[in-house]
Amino acid sequence: MKKLINKPEDVVKEALQAMALAHADLIKVSYDPNFICRADAPVKGKVGIVSGGGSGHEPMHGGFVGMGMLDAACPGAVFTSPTPDQMLAATKAVDGGAGVLHIVKNYTGDILNFEMAADLAKAEGIEVEAVVTNDDVAVQDSLYTAGRRGVGVTVLAEKMTGAAAEQKRSLKAVADICRKVNAQGRSMGMALTSCTVPQAGKPTFDLPEDEMEIGIGIHGEPGRTRMKLKTAAEITEMMVNPILEDLPFKAGDSVLAFVNGMGGTPLVELYVVYNEMAKILAGKQIKIARNLVGSYITSLDMAGCSITLVKMDDELISLWDAPVKTPGLRWGI
Amino acid sequence: MTVLRDDVIAWIQAFAAFIAENKDYLTQLDSDIGDGDHGTNMDRGFQAVCAKIPQLADKDIGSILKAVGMTLVSTVGGASGPLYGTFFLQAGSAASGKLELSLGDWVAALQAGVDGVIMRGKANPGDKTMVDALGPALQALKDSAARGSGFADSLRESADACERGMTATIPLVARKGRASYLGERSAGHQDPGATSSHLLLRAAAETWARQEN
Repeated sequence: MKKLINKPEDVVKEALQAMALAHADLIKVSYDPNFICRADAPVKGKVGIVSGGGSGHEPMHGGFVGMGMLDAACPGAVFTSPTPDQMLAATKAVDGGAGVLHIVKNYTGDILNFEMAADLAKAEGIEVEAVVTNDDVAVQDSLYTAGRRGVGVTVLAEKMTGAAAEQKRSLKAVADICRKVNAQGRSMGMALTSCTVPQAGKPTFDLPEDEMEIGIGIHGEPGRTRMKLKTAAEITEMMVNPILEDLPFKAGDSVLAFVNGMGGTPLVELYVVYNEMAKILAGKQIKIARNLVGSYITSLDMAGCSITLVKMDDELISLWDAPVKTPGLRWGI
Repeated sequence: MTVLRDDVIAWIQAFAAFIAENKDYLTQLDSDIGDGDHGTNMDRGFQAVCAKIPQLADKDIGSILKAVGMTLVSTVGGASGPLYGTFFLQAGSAASGKLELSLGDWVAALQAGVDGVIMRGKANPGDKTMVDALGPALQALKDSAARGSGFADSLRESADACERGMTATIPLVARKGRASYLGERSAGHQDPGATSSHLLLRAAAETWARQEN
């Protein structure tokens, strides 16, 4: 293992301390239990938005705390769900009297811990709603699995939901925006390499030098198939087509197109993928209304990328364009 | 034979030691079909539990188990935090106020704990989860008690049934948790949660059934 760390068990805590130092104008960090919240929390009369999950996906979620996006984020250990005491403390810290929305990625640990936290918060008189993101088309959605994983759409949902909350919409209306983005969004990822959890000290899975995994999850969970490496054009097609077929996206649709790096892939390669994706979408008369290119929901040092498409309408576009000021996303200000 | 609160603490410490010894093994099982953190997470949780034990020595058994559960809920994370946390919280509620456990009390506590795990995780038998180890362990304990076996024998039968349940998860296709994403590819691997559940009940049998009476 070759990493810029001191001790594996201190990585999350030291990163939190650094975020507090680097972004003191935007966020504040609480410890034991650990959570990051907006510097000006709670915002009176605004729905508070809390997300969280295992660490190792930076900038998600802590980097998305700030005006126009999340009110709080709860980081767990690397690739491990945070615990209910964190979500409860964060929920109380951001409750401005209009209720709190939990945005939860669909993983068994996250769901169970957020459910326990919501029960505890409701017992203290806070109105809580939860929306689960589950956009990964690589996973078969059936009664016989834990359902689709929450991946790239989570970033986009947090942005648009945060904008809706900033307009002081009701808890139900804000949750509806989150549900809508999730319902209209689909993602697919791929890995060129494995990733190494600091405390494990070795790669999560083995992937030979000349092979790739299509449909990878953000914790290195296996995907649909493993095969010999192909060109960016062929790989992009293998990711975009299942996404398009699944919703399905049709000619005339407008989309928010998100090409995301897994942590170990340079931006120049993400642009190569974006280029191929744009060709495929143009060929199907699907309009890229907005885009995001960069590493926003990562998997430690994994090389690879994911593509997320969300079908957009005028309302979602205006929520996407609304000002946001967080460590990880910033525009319109 | 009855189980005193010192025995309960000894069981928790023995389980913590089993977890520490098997940390890498549990993590390896989890890497095969999950996200590779089960051993690390459980070890972190039970180290926190062991640090709390000095404050629990004068409490009743229900309070001890509930304190273990709350500590796990706030330190383990993942799915195992809420699941093991709920197991101990519910078992603790069933043993509320007790300073010793008869075989009947342990049946009631294990029943409550297993019911709690099923309620929280919504797993059914055969889903390749800890329920597949805990369910048979509970059934064997009840059957053994109903036949009039002693506490020590019943504990051993319960742990043996738990072990068989654990092994029987190997051919199963996972339908809950992260392993379910693998579909058919999850067959051929032993479930990590069922494996730690077996350690839990093996620790009870080895700690409590030492003195045969």
